[in-house]
Parts: sequence; C-alpha cells; structure tokens
Amino acid sequence: MSSEEWQLIGFTARMAALSTLMVLPVGLAVAWCLARLQWRGKALLETVVTLPLVLPPVVTGLALLKLFGRRGLLGRWLHQVFGLDVIFTWRAVVLALAVMSLPLLVRAARTAFEEVDRAFEQIARTLGAGEWRIFLTVTLPLARRGVLAGTLLAFARALGEFGATIMVAGNIPGHTTTLSVTVYQQVQLGDDAHAWLLAGVSACLAFLAVVASEYLVRGRKR
Amino acid sequence: MSQDIQASFAKIFPDGPQIRVDELRSSGPASTTVLYGASGSGKTTVLRCLAGLERPEEGSIRFGEETWFEAHGRIFVSPQRRRIGFVPQDYALFPHLSVAHNIAYGVSRMGRTERETQVGETIRWLGLEGLERRRPDQLSGGQRQRVALARALIRRPQLLLLDEPLSALDGPTRLRLRGDLRELLKQLRIPTVLVTHDRTEALALGDQLIVMDGGRVVQRGSVHEVFSRPTSLAVAGIVAMETVQPGQVLESAEGLVTVQAGRSKLVSLSSHLRPGSEVYICIRAEDVILVKGQSSLSSPRNCLPVVVRSLTTEGPIVRIDLDSSFPLAAILTKQACEELDLKPGDKVMALVKAPQIHLIPR
Repeated sequence: MSSEEWQLIGFTARMAALSTLMVLPVGLAVAWCLARLQWRGKALLETVVTLPLVLPPVVTGLALLKLFGRRGLLGRWLHQVFGLDVIFTWRAVVLALAVMSLPLLVRAARTAFEEVDRAFEQIARTLGAGEWRIFLTVTLPLARRGVLAGTLLAFARALGEFGATIMVAGNIPGHTTTLSVTVYQQVQLGDDAHAWLLAGVSACLAFLAVVASEYLVRGRKR
Repeated sequence: MSQDIQASFAKIFPDGPQIRVDELRSSGPASTTVLYGASGSGKTTVLRCLAGLERPEEGSIRFGEETWFEAHGRIFVSPQRRRIGFVPQDYALFPHLSVAHNIAYGVSRMGRTERETQVGETIRWLGLEGLERRRPDQLSGGQRQRVALARALIRRPQLLLLDEPLSALDGPTRLRLRGDLRELLKQLRIPTVLVTHDRTEALALGDQLIVMDGGRVVQRGSVHEVFSRPTSLAVAGIVAMETVQPGQVLESAEGLVTVQAGRSKLVSLSSHLRPGSEVYICIRAEDVILVKGQSSLSSPRNCLPVVVRSLTTEGPIVRIDLDSSFPLAAILTKQACEELDLKPGDKVMALVKAPQIHLIPR
C-alpha cells in the first residue's frame, strides 16, 4: 500500500478514536440515566438517542448540517463565541461519527448497567459512599465487559460511517476524506482494484472489532 | 444519653402490600431486637427502612438525638449519613474486590496507614487472616458472613442491622456460627436489629422480639415471653413453640445433660453444653404425654407432677396449660382428653422423652 493509503487509514482511525472518546462520557451518562433513574422524558431521550440507528444516515447528516452550519442554531453560537467552524472540517467528521455511534454504546452500556445487582450499590450507600464514587468503584467495574464491548462496537461503527460524514464533512482530500468515502469515490472513478483493497482493509478492522466485542459479551454471560 | 432506635412508620408500595410497624425500639447498647416472621411478612422492608434504603410514606424514625426520617417534616437522612452497619441476607460482598478491599470500602476517607491498621485489626479480630487477597467467590459461606460483618463493623456503626445473618449457611456451619455471632453481639455493645424466620435463631440471639405477620406487628415483648405466651393463635402458629423456659445446665455426662427449670430437673441430650451454661428449654406441646393416677415404670426420662390450669378446645384438639414449677403446655385430642377426664385443678404426671427437650444456648 502507498503512503497515501496509510495516511488515509491513519486519519480515519484517528477520527474514529476521537469520536469514541467524545461519545464515552456522554454515552455512559445517558446509559446510566436510562438504567437507573425513573423520570419524565426518559422515553423521549431513549428515542432521540436511538434514532440515528434507524434513520437514513444522510438524514441524520442533513440534520447536523442544519444545526451546525454557520446559520444553524449551534453553528452560529460556536462561530460567535469560539470562532469555531464545524461544517466541512475534521470536526464535522468527528461529530458525524460520534452521533452515529452513540446509540450502539448507549444500548450496550445500558444493558450492562441494568445487569449490575442494585444490592451492591445499596450496600455501598450504607458504607458511606456517594453516588459518584459508587458509579466509579461499583457500577462501572461490574459492568466493564459490557461497556467495553459497546465501546468497541461504537468504534467499529465510526470506522465505517459514510452517509452522515459525507453530508456534514464533504470530501476534501487530506482534510475530511475518510476510508469509506474514498471507497465510494474510487468506484465512481472506475478504479475497482483500489476500491477493493480499501474495502478489504475496512472489512478486516470491522471484523476484529466485532469479534473482540462478542468475546467480551460472551465472557460476561459465562 | 441512650442511643436507641425509635421508629413508627408505614411503607406503602404503590401496587402491593403495606408494611406497618409501630414503636419499634431498642433497649440499650447491648440489646438485640429480633424482627420475626414468615417470608413475606414485611420484616426485611422494615430493616431496609431503618437503613434508609427505602423511604416510608408515614411516621418517623429516630436514633438517639438524630431524626432519620419524618414524614411530615419531610426529613430523610440518606443511608450514607446514618452510620449504620447493614448486612443483607446474601451479604452482597463486592465480587470484583478482594477481602481486604471489601472490608476497607467503608473507611476510604481514613489515611492510608490508619486504614491499613484498622483493616488488619478487623481481619485478625474476626479470624480472617490469610484470606486478605481472596475474592468473595473463593470463600466459604461462613467466611463470607464474617467478611460482611467486618465490612460493616470497621466503620464503628451506631446501629447494626442484620438480615437473616445465618440463612445462607449450611446446617452445621449455621450451628457453629450462631454461637460465634451471639458472642460477637455481646462483645460489641451496639444496638442490633436482626431479621429472622428461624425460631432457634430468634431464641439464641434476641432479647426483644417483634413478631410480624402480613405486614403488621402482631406481638412484641421479651423473646421468652412471646415464645412461651403467644397472645393469639396466629402468633402461636408463627412461633410454633409452646413451652420456652429459661434454665441452667447442672451437669453433663455421656451425651446427657441435666438442666434446672424452675424447681424441676430435666434430662436432655447434648454433647457440647457445659455445666453452668444458660439455656432456653423448649418443649413442643405435642411431645408432652399426660398420665393420670400413679404411674408405674415408664421409659421417658422426665416425669413432672403438674396441675391442670386451663383447657382450650380448638376443633378436634385440646390445648392444656399446665403448671409445674414453670408453665408447660400440652396438646391432646379431644377424645384422649375426655377419657382422662381432665378438669382444671387436676393433678397429673407430664412425661417428656429426653430427645424431645430441645436446648438452645444463650
């Protein structure tokens, strides 16, 4: 493979890793709220978080484009306050990957949290531990396999995302072009050999992530 | 200043039972209050309310000068701030932490050296040396129980709450640990509330007894009083032991022990009781045989001259309250009772075989 291809793979992996890091705190917080709290609006949050899983990715992308564009609600604010532009930059790539992979993490982590026996959290309360300490020392360690499996799945999802990315980040070589966008582009240009090579690389990465994730989930049941 | 728990409250589940308890109070630092009843009677819910893990809908819970819960004042002190030691039924040891880390969990705010000293002391005190690095799933039931106690006690709680502390253990271990737990509770001098459905446990460990049935308190009093004088048939059924009499072991030889009960001496079987031990003598009413007139030789080791106090007919069965130097109850069929022609004031002999006299050490 050429150095250009290695750069492309490196860029895509970095974007996926960044988006996974971004998604982790948000995803775990949402998963915990869904698993442990009873509140009004819970069903709404559940739906909103799951939506990117079933919505056509380009539609999610379109929504993000409108929201984060310079005239969009959040885009204008970010531009005025921080001077940050999101759309058609690498930030848009991370944003699109994060939104698209969030549901996978939330679903896996929520199940993992729900499987933790509340008796452990309750006994920790009688031992004087605050809720934050309980989460870090009891809930999270006991749910670690499920959380890790969900994180891997989210990372794998981010590696291969196409539809939302192309909408908000476009295809600017060296700046926003990811692996899957390149595969599409190569096929359009008739360069099938190249496309197959890159397709093979993404398949391998996805395969490894899913195997690792499955292994973690099975191990928990045993 | 007395540091006692005083609670009257109701926990109402939205689609289910109501649990009501009134005037639950401990009496002094060395006292053990037993919540006794069948499963589903609400006793665990009461314990969880005392721990702050459930919030009642009505009433109040006070401990010493502190108010832990007040329905009208909307006061609710979280479990973190109650300084209690809670040991749930299955112990709930953290499965991902070693024995030492489990025990240290509740004293994380201490400095490292002090914490290590305290953990070491607690481990030695409860005989858990050598197990520090084990995980809970590598421990026996008895060891788990002691780790759970250690984890609760290291915080020096002002109130100890134990939910069926012995029920997760197998028979022989339970017998051994019952004695250990009794010694421990005596040593600790922390007021304790203990939940159990086992009458032997209630007798061996309790001072005050609260009998619960269907979410309500049906009788309360000293353990001895409630077990020997149930006020209702329901309670009699729940406690299921008609005669309970404090006594003392006089001598012990070749598996036979002689115990003093009132002015009478009774013979029972036991290999491990030493002379001088305080015991509860338990006799089930159906094990008491009544003989009228002069009895010639008979096999039961215990023959007591008794006076019939009263007879209560319950269907085909007659419950007879007797008096020797201590109250004794017998159950006969109506027929047998008529053939013996028993009336209050009659003098008869009560026979009980040695194995049917059950001794519970105190």
